[in-house]
Amino acid sequence: MMSGPPRTTADGARPWTFYALATLFTLFILFLYGPMLVIYVLSFQGPDGGVTFPMVGTSTVWFENIVKPGQMANIPVSFERSISLAALVSVLTVVFSVSAGLGFRRNFPGSGILFYLAVASLVMPSLLVGFGIALGFKFLGWDTSLFSSALGAQLTWTLPFGLFAMFAVVNRFNRSWEEAATDLGASAWQRLRLVTLPILLPGILGLAMGAFTLSYDEYARTTLAIGPKNTLPLEIYALISSATSPVLFAIGTVTTVGSFLLIGVTLFVVFRLQRRRALLVPKEG
Amino acid sequence: MTLLQTIGFRGQAEQREKAPFRLSPRMVSWLQVGPLAVVLIALFALPTVLFLVVSFFDYDRVGIYPAFMLDNYQDLLTTPSTLRVYISSLKFGLIVWSITLFLGFNIAYFLVFHVRRPMVRTVLFLLCAIPFWTSGIIRTIAWIPFLGRNGAFNQALMALHLTDKPLEFLLFSDFSVIITYVHLFTLLMIGPIANSWAKIDPALLEAARDSGASRWQTMYLVVIPLAKTGIALGSILVFTQVMGDYFVVRQMSGGQSASIVSMLSTEIQAMQYPPASANAMVLVLFVAIMVACMMRVVDVRKELVK
Repeated sequence: MMSGPPRTTADGARPWTFYALATLFTLFILFLYGPMLVIYVLSFQGPDGGVTFPMVGTSTVWFENIVKPGQMANIPVSFERSISLAALVSVLTVVFSVSAGLGFRRNFPGSGILFYLAVASLVMPSLLVGFGIALGFKFLGWDTSLFSSALGAQLTWTLPFGLFAMFAVVNRFNRSWEEAATDLGASAWQRLRLVTLPILLPGILGLAMGAFTLSYDEYARTTLAIGPKNTLPLEIYALISSATSPVLFAIGTVTTVGSFLLIGVTLFVVFRLQRRRALLVPKEG
Repeated sequence: MTLLQTIGFRGQAEQREKAPFRLSPRMVSWLQVGPLAVVLIALFALPTVLFLVVSFFDYDRVGIYPAFMLDNYQDLLTTPSTLRVYISSLKFGLIVWSITLFLGFNIAYFLVFHVRRPMVRTVLFLLCAIPFWTSGIIRTIAWIPFLGRNGAFNQALMALHLTDKPLEFLLFSDFSVIITYVHLFTLLMIGPIANSWAKIDPALLEAARDSGASRWQTMYLVVIPLAKTGIALGSILVFTQVMGDYFVVRQMSGGQSASIVSMLSTEIQAMQYPPASANAMVLVLFVAIMVACMMRVVDVRKELVK
């Protein structure tokens, strides 16, 4: 964890900039959550109400509609697809970018080109990536589908993110730990499994969660490469263009609650790991 | 440790060096970056080359035909609406970039330097990040009931007697497009800037102060230069997200503005792949030039891969 420098004047009082920035931060949080609160409230809209105010009574009918067979029947199925795709993307992103992050610690021929390729893949307008992949599949006579073209389209987005996140993680890694392992007779594989990976673990967990989120929310890269079976964001997108109902807001509310739970669990695990490490490794000095 | 043991360890190390199938460090690196490189080449680089090629193709209502002609580019660049859409996207890009830079810089500064307890800082960071977990589509349309005629914001204004009739310009305007972009993308600025400061040794700021630097001098001579990698990364992310958007403009401008990509997706839906490809190439070139300019100001690679 980072620790900021003390920002106090001689008598211990906060400088005026603290109050100015604290106000700005509070306003920003209000700005972030204002429309979100509107969503949460409107998701409890009465059965006759619409997507705008006023509220016409309250109900949980829109939450029931998410899972009810009928018009919204695709929501649970597309949710399952999104989750399994995101899980696969997350695993591949972690394995590929941790490996590449370690590889980038040496300067190797082609490292510059690969770095700029990753930057380009990240900044490429999203829809165009899916367009390119769909075009490629068309030329090869292949059908686009969830676990081929859509998976690929999402990897072009999560891998550069993963690589850059790994740069930050690897930068904080002290190589002398690895050297110590080698000096004590560890093989390259033992060194990786028993020293490098455990030290990088909190960063890797963050990376896995980040990749999962990026994939789960992604629609612009996926939309042209998905084939006939939609993921959740694409299903939501389709719902918006056809008929808007508070079901969309109910989905938003459920997503937020789910995210809170997921973040809670992940934080718990990371803190546990850090605490265990703090107990195992004596502090410097 | 005895001398004998030390020698023993040395011996083992030497034996391993002599192992016949030991890979050279360069080879190890190549193997390590291999999977990532293969994915990026196969699914990003090759498709991009493909639509560069297709952009020169001929087409009609039935299909597309291999050719080498510049008509697609000529049509695109001589249509007045192209220039209009590019100017409009560039305008959104610059406005959103400056707002998110201001917000991102100040909020990151607050979180890194003013918040003292790591636990509080983590919680505040998460508070900024949690809306990011909700689908961008839902976060976009969330603004509609918030900003609309009978929306939450107008109701609040009227309840406070700040205005007696609802403000009309709030929704389906440039204003609502910009607000939505800022809502969606500010985190992309906060993250990299905060991250580039997180690596600073607090002693460095102490040293600046001890050497007699005023707080503004510390800001201009130490804090801002140290943030430039983060600023560059955040700027690149925000700017390219705005230039690549097709959903927000379509949904929030009420049909008053178009974006480059929404224009392009109309062509794709009409199966007009060659003109869509030409359009895509021009956009890619445009974004690439802007990003290259930003990367010239800051050597992001040198800063990232240390």
